Amino acid sequence: MNLHEYQAKELLKQYGVAVPPGAVASTPDEAAAAAKELGGDSFVVKAQVHAGGRGRAGGVKMAATPKDVAEAAAKMLGTRLVTTQTGAEGKEVRRVYVEKACDVAKEIYLATLVDRSLGRVAFLASAEGGADIEEAAARTPDKILKLAVDPETGLEDAGGRKLATDLGLTGLQADAARSIMIAVYKAFVENDASLIEINPIAVTAKGDLVALDVKMIVDDNALHRHPEWEKLWDEAEVDPDEIEARRFELNYVPMDGDIGVMVTGAGLALGILDLIKDRGGNAADFMDVRPVATREQVAAGIKMLLANPKVKAVLVVAIGGGVLRCDTIAEGIALARKEAGGHVPMIVRAAGTAKELGELALRNQGVDVIFADDLADAADKAVAAAKGKA
Amino acid sequence: MGILVDSGTKVICQGLTGATATRLSERAIAYGTKMVGGVVPGKGGTSHLHLPVFETVAEAVDATRPDASAVFVPPAHAADAMIEAIKAEIPLIVCVSERVPVLDMVRVKRALEGSKSRLIGANSQGVITPDACKIGVMPERPHTKGRVGIVSRSATLNYEAVDQTTNVHLGQSTSVGIGGDPVYGMDFIDCLELFFADDATEGIILIGEIGGTAEEETAEFLKREKSPKPVVAYVAGLNAPTDRRMGHAGTVDVFGEGSAAAKIEALKSAGAIIVPDASAMGTTMRRALGGR
Repeated sequence: MNLHEYQAKELLKQYGVAVPPGAVASTPDEAAAAAKELGGDSFVVKAQVHAGGRGRAGGVKMAATPKDVAEAAAKMLGTRLVTTQTGAEGKEVRRVYVEKACDVAKEIYLATLVDRSLGRVAFLASAEGGADIEEAAARTPDKILKLAVDPETGLEDAGGRKLATDLGLTGLQADAARSIMIAVYKAFVENDASLIEINPIAVTAKGDLVALDVKMIVDDNALHRHPEWEKLWDEAEVDPDEIEARRFELNYVPMDGDIGVMVTGAGLALGILDLIKDRGGNAADFMDVRPVATREQVAAGIKMLLANPKVKAVLVVAIGGGVLRCDTIAEGIALARKEAGGHVPMIVRAAGTAKELGELALRNQGVDVIFADDLADAADKAVAAAKGKA
Repeated sequence: MGILVDSGTKVICQGLTGATATRLSERAIAYGTKMVGGVVPGKGGTSHLHLPVFETVAEAVDATRPDASAVFVPPAHAADAMIEAIKAEIPLIVCVSERVPVLDMVRVKRALEGSKSRLIGANSQGVITPDACKIGVMPERPHTKGRVGIVSRSATLNYEAVDQTTNVHLGQSTSVGIGGDPVYGMDFIDCLELFFADDATEGIILIGEIGGTAEEETAEFLKREKSPKPVVAYVAGLNAPTDRRMGHAGTVDVFGEGSAAAKIEALKSAGAIIVPDASAMGTTMRRALGGR
């Protein structure tokens, strides 16, 4: 689950990380009032959407007076912000964050994440932070510093000190950087984060270190021990189809093609997208059914596929395992066919546990499906059906 | 022969009395797996499926001397169960639980360092040596005893590899699911090393997917070690939907790693035979083993 910038900053502040004073606003008037309250003569107005790349997309504006703040907010609120990470449709801006601007002498990049290869929490850092970090990392990967943390000892003094020194910081600034790392590590572990990215940490003219932008993602799998996440969850930021799919134990990502795809497993689903493409077709989605799904949930997923007006054929690949069996999938298919009606051709490849039971159920109930013998056959039939050659 | 498990492997199940664990254990027993007991806190001293149930893994170890433990417990408690098994020095731990928090797996991974245990999973379908021992959730039927070792991140692609190698009359020596989570136990390299040394394994199918750098690291290993057996590799996700990630560094992928194309290129340059699509794993291996 993604957090908004203002939520992540609020959280890091509680752990002792310095952030600029700021307030969230959902109307221009609120934004102006926030600026008045903050005081001073230089503000930043930042669109609160779950996407990076806001600066270049016009989602971050400077302003000198509360009136300017209101104008900047008015230009953002209610519009759809398109950044390199949102896709073409962009994301609606429903809130802005108004902050006191801060003079910046130097920008540091600091990210905390789980390093998959090491199986440990690690810091990535660069002395050249800011909006160009991705390009910089691609150009000179060795300038990205890395520090992995032993979960038993936590972030050790020596490691933090060395990273701060390698970032070119000395004296009080090095101490401040180390304090930030300790605070971020604690926040990361206590909040089951999978990413806390501060870009940049500004070194101000006075020499203070301030977190100017924060992106934070928490691990959905740890929801059971974080009842407080309920309040942070912003449903409006997520595609409504994905929310619906989640309720039905489905992982769903819409795509642009015309073949609706449902597969009992993420790896095979990826393989099938590739296979469809190889055979000249285009998938309309990635949909993976979790093993705990019931027939009603399977039916709901298929109805979602059928409800997509672009879909000209549906391909269901069911590998029955020790938990989710083919007959459950078959009952789901039958239910969806009955309730959704329509004549979109449906290709079914069933294998594994209860394959025969599943196929028999579909035949006995007279459900209109085309059976495929193997993966290649399934992809061929789906591509042909989408082209009207079923 | 095969790797990791065989007909002599004695297995306990942590969480034995749960509904899914019960069903899976019944099927494992029917398949011939030598189940010797279970561990369920609060139910020590009882019996289930005609097996003794113990309060702790340590007690189960004292009484039954297991070679392996199947961890079938809910994700919130899976890490503690795995760590308990590691502390009790169980040689092989298989965890099928889905959705274990990643920071829990970081703890488990740390506990594995310097321990006497190997871990498969979490979020793995398990391990099977056909006609000898099955620990996990995979359907038994397509498996046939044979010549190909399979190691996969994905359970369903693993199933396809099994089905296809059975259809071309090669069969499997052992099939291992290393699991689909970011932090996990045994990796491709650990399994390849075992398959290299296993007499029953004549060729190895390796199944990867987008994300992380496990395939790239495996390619480096293959370059270094020069496989004595054909390695056939499939990587899923060439046409995966672009991830709408939020941060730059959500995965290390930002820095140019993790794409299917890069993984395929790395494995190819390391001498692996690349499978063109998911339906051709069996036939590609058949050709690779040619006249053998």
